[in-house]
Amino acid sequence: MTDAVRRAEEEELRQGILTTTLAKLVNWARKQSTWPVTFGLACCAIEMMATGAGHHDLARWGMEVFRASPRQADLMIVAGRVSQKMGPVLRQIYDQMPEPKWVISMGVCASSGGMFNNYGVIQGVDTVVPVDVYVPGCPPRPEMLMYGILQLHEKIERRGTLT
Amino acid sequence: MAERIPTPLGGTEVARGVQAQRLSDDLMVINMGPQHPSTHGVLRLVLTLDGETVVDCQPVVGYLHTGIEKNTEYRTWHQGATFVTRADYLSPFANELAYAISVERLLGIEAPPRAQAIRVMVSELNRIASHLVWLATSGLELGAISVMLYGFREREKILDVFEAITGLRMNHAYIRPGGLVMDLPEGAEARIRDLLRDMGSKVDEYESLLSGNPIWVERNRGVGVLTAEQCRAWAVTGPILRAAGVAHDLRKADPVSGYELYDFEIPTREEADCYARYEIRLAEIRESLKIVEQVLDSMPGGRVMVDDPKIAWPAQLEVGPDGIGNSERYVRHIMEESMEALINHFKLVTQGVKVPAGEVYTCVESPRGELGYYVVSDGGVRPYRVRIKDPSFLHVQVIPEIVRGGLVADVVASIASVDPVMGGVDR
Amino acid sequence: MSPDRLAGRLAERFPDVHVARGEVTLTIERDALVETLRYLRDEADLAFDFLSDLSCTDWPGREPRIWMAYHLASLLDHRRRLRVKAGLPADDLRIATASEVHPSAGWHEREVYDFFGVTFDGHPDLRRIELPEEWVGHPLRKDEPLGGVATQYKGAYVPPPDQREL
Repeated sequence: MTDAVRRAEEEELRQGILTTTLAKLVNWARKQSTWPVTFGLACCAIEMMATGAGHHDLARWGMEVFRASPRQADLMIVAGRVSQKMGPVLRQIYDQMPEPKWVISMGVCASSGGMFNNYGVIQGVDTVVPVDVYVPGCPPRPEMLMYGILQLHEKIERRGTLT
Repeated sequence: MAERIPTPLGGTEVARGVQAQRLSDDLMVINMGPQHPSTHGVLRLVLTLDGETVVDCQPVVGYLHTGIEKNTEYRTWHQGATFVTRADYLSPFANELAYAISVERLLGIEAPPRAQAIRVMVSELNRIASHLVWLATSGLELGAISVMLYGFREREKILDVFEAITGLRMNHAYIRPGGLVMDLPEGAEARIRDLLRDMGSKVDEYESLLSGNPIWVERNRGVGVLTAEQCRAWAVTGPILRAAGVAHDLRKADPVSGYELYDFEIPTREEADCYARYEIRLAEIRESLKIVEQVLDSMPGGRVMVDDPKIAWPAQLEVGPDGIGNSERYVRHIMEESMEALINHFKLVTQGVKVPAGEVYTCVESPRGELGYYVVSDGGVRPYRVRIKDPSFLHVQVIPEIVRGGLVADVVASIASVDPVMGGVDR
Repeated sequence: MSPDRLAGRLAERFPDVHVARGEVTLTIERDALVETLRYLRDEADLAFDFLSDLSCTDWPGREPRIWMAYHLASLLDHRRRLRVKAGLPADDLRIATASEVHPSAGWHEREVYDFFGVTFDGHPDLRRIELPEEWVGHPLRKDEPLGGVATQYKGAYVPPPDQREL
């Protein structure tokens, strides 16, 4: 009797380990090549381009391909101030991205409205889309954006499930 | 048979702000942007196409509207510099320069000669950096991807110089009313000279890569023509006007901040197409290198801020072990030695300067064209109205004139050659 | 042409010419706008063929309330600049469009309509340009608030910038 129980326990344990290992593998693969969608808006977009260029290289994490189509991307780096007119566009692009997807809010204007505490700028894109990592700065240095990306990688690795 | 120009079908709206047009079977209305890799920012173009030919184009702007003009009305005059610098974010020094000169004209003062020389130098370095971004993004949009990497590689060197001088890579609030925030640090001149030495050969590299390239020529020659007469009617300035043959540059026609002391050429071309604008911008990079060299060779000594304690921003920052830091000497002076200095510092930082009532309109030559600032004061500590006339605003207005009758692929080349910066268009 | 000479030349025809800080300002009645712009463009020795900027300022306490400012320049001699001003009364914010004389005024006027609510008679396409189509109000007027949000952080309350004291 106890043998059967023990065998059943071992079987379940083995399956659990397999699932965990598979989840880890999938998470590792996802974080190694998150493809961003081109959502550069203002000054932060130039710093994002500089991060993607040769000096500070995003290709070391497989991110140098900025996809123009949101259907092919899984990361949205909101780089720059989001005006009231752009808010619905932001949400539409986010909705078009397939799961799993992540959002980095780059710069203070995207994180909280920045210095533009007025009628024209959305005070933080987390009112429109769910944000995973906030990178402050006006604009953040490429190294700061890279640190934010690495934090996102750690977050992706911590995901428990396969979906 | 397709109609040439569609006319609005009164009242019916197909998209926000776009009226339905009388469409025959051949015409198609498509939307380009605002999220698009090739529109140079958040520009939306509603194109009416007859196959591949553009019959009409309607730009929709406002996707980056930030309310900068209204924000400056609730800040002091000194703080205005941090707002206006983010309007046209690829040429922040041009914005700061025009704003600072407008406020100085209202105050009736002039920045000291050393400040003016350094202003010219950083403005010209800004011009080179902006043209490099133009070259990089234009190349990327037309398919020359290696130019993107080369342009940003050179730009990193210029940004290193900016960081050494101002503390920031972009959106420096360095040029303030009255002069500059701080003087050049140790070793800045040596770094700039290194930069000058290398840039000339790099521009040769871009030319050898692009100028004779048959694909580049094919995509840019004869594309996006805007004649001098059209430029005059639509108030177009900058490289587009110079590509049409009009040798007009504000640095020569109406110089500010000591531009008249330096010797440089104004490149012009006659063809008025995208290729001509490309040649002019590369030539302008070379001319800017010449100007920076002349400024370094003839740099006057002295202060970088006016002497008046009621106006001068306490421009005394020293590089501490962590980067930029406060000056220990100055802090000790205001905290321990002099009560008047403390009160003055307090009033300057909280209230700022009182500017006499009046209005001025100052224009400078930004990398994109004529940048004008209309600043109105009512005699208080806050600006009453700061109106930014950005050249890109008028250039985006003229995009339909440029692309009408051409192919869709030429739209990308034309916008790239116009070089709009949406931060300036929408402010 | 120096500012004083230009002022003298304009004073032959216009009564209200003013020179300050090296700039010439010509103030006219709003009904005379198109005629004045056409005259300034077509006269051979003036040749103000370049509309550099078109904007306005809101003076809520005064009458006229909105002051339009047209900055003209000449492509032949860019030191020759002129500012033409026309006042609009608070209860009737309309003026003729300048886009027949200077086509570049088209978008400038749309922006002034968007931010201040000034209607331009004869404009081919007068609708909002910077703000969304369905926006209510004209934010750059002085009686409209900045629209900022207040912040509360660990017990401290910071009001939006237009409600702070200093």
